[in-house]
Amino acid sequence: MLNINGIKRGIVIDHIKPGLGFKIFRELKLDEVDYTTALIKNAPSDKLGTKDLIKIDNEIDLDLDVLGLIDPDLTICIIENEQVVKKIKLALPKAVTGILQCKNPRCITSVEPHVETTFLLVDAATKAYKCEYCNSRTSL
Amino acid sequence: MLKGRHIIESTDLSLEELESLFQLAERIVEAPQRFSDRGRGKILATLFYEPSTRTRFSFEAAMLRLGGQVIGFSEPGSSSAAKGESIGDTIRTVGCYADAAVMRHPKEGAPRLASKFSSIPVINAGDGGHQHPTQTLTDLLTIRRLKGDISNKTIGLCGDLMFGRTVHSLVNALAQYDNLHFVFISPPELTIPPYILEELGSNTYEQTNDLEAVMGKLDILYMTRIQRERFFNEEEYLRLKGYYILDAEKMELAKEDMIVMHPLPRVDEIAPEVDRDPRAVYFQQAKFGMYIRMALIMELLGLGGE
Repeated sequence: MLNINGIKRGIVIDHIKPGLGFKIFRELKLDEVDYTTALIKNAPSDKLGTKDLIKIDNEIDLDLDVLGLIDPDLTICIIENEQVVKKIKLALPKAVTGILQCKNPRCITSVEPHVETTFLLVDAATKAYKCEYCNSRTSL
Repeated sequence: MLKGRHIIESTDLSLEELESLFQLAERIVEAPQRFSDRGRGKILATLFYEPSTRTRFSFEAAMLRLGGQVIGFSEPGSSSAAKGESIGDTIRTVGCYADAAVMRHPKEGAPRLASKFSSIPVINAGDGGHQHPTQTLTDLLTIRRLKGDISNKTIGLCGDLMFGRTVHSLVNALAQYDNLHFVFISPPELTIPPYILEELGSNTYEQTNDLEAVMGKLDILYMTRIQRERFFNEEEYLRLKGYYILDAEKMELAKEDMIVMHPLPRVDEIAPEVDRDPRAVYFQQAKFGMYIRMALIMELLGLGGE
């Protein structure tokens, strides 16, 4: 297996569904930072067969809602002194504000300026959300 | 207690709150003059961003019959919306003048948006193809008054079930009641959205495009208009608008105590000859609409039920 050095203090985003690592990497704007990061694609995984993995040698604030929307099954490991001190399992957020756009052309959010959309989770199994305003469904 | 609440969707009221509202409405139906002074000194704002005659008149008549007063606009061209004012700004301004606001808007979710900025109760009077909760209250009161209760019925809904907001609101509210069987009758192009079907609770349903085949089993037939304004394509509208026409011949297939309801206005989906049939209750329904709106305004403004 490819060997990437451990990190002293930072974050490892593990168990990312293969193919989604790059999307998360870009969503977190890790391609623009000046500290050490690593995106590992298609690493062997006992649980998933293969997985993507991101290592971040820095403490940063993560938007868990965004990560949960992209891949609710990933794991976030907080690293201190090269040890995992905390693991965070994600779930689909119950409500998502300001990220998704309503696709319904008759929805008020399509015409009214400065309205932040909110979508509410209606079915975690199908990743279905509904627009708070017009109730239109959208699936991730 | 509904004082200060917004009414945006038909499910905003619990069964207990609905029951309390219906009891007040029935007291008003029995003796409207007893309530003619309850709204004195209060102002209702009617904000109609889309043309409407009966809903606006119904609200205005309800407020006037309570002894209150009404301000508002009946088309956005005569309001500050024409100058590009946001809904949030409009409702905050109106809240300085009025005690409650009624809003109709062509865009879905507009009253919900208004309610987020509003210091006064906002009542949704129809938002696009989405919801029309006071029509639902009208429909439920009509069923209750004319059929005794709301549970244990076979209810046919016919016409535009895809864009028909009155249907969506009504079905959502009915889903809270027990032992209902819904018969959704529509052209294949205008079937009821799946998300409505998912929320029927323990009630059952069937879908068909054949009105005559199901007439005999219905306790209630709720007819709706195919709405021109919901179509982007005029040809499609013209093709579908004559799909169902309820006439005396079809009424012969129905139970003797079935009732025919319609949110009005009708175009040609109910032949005028049906008006003479005592089972046609749509004009009574319109009157119940005014009484239930009187009850709702009283509750939202805390004007006392007794």
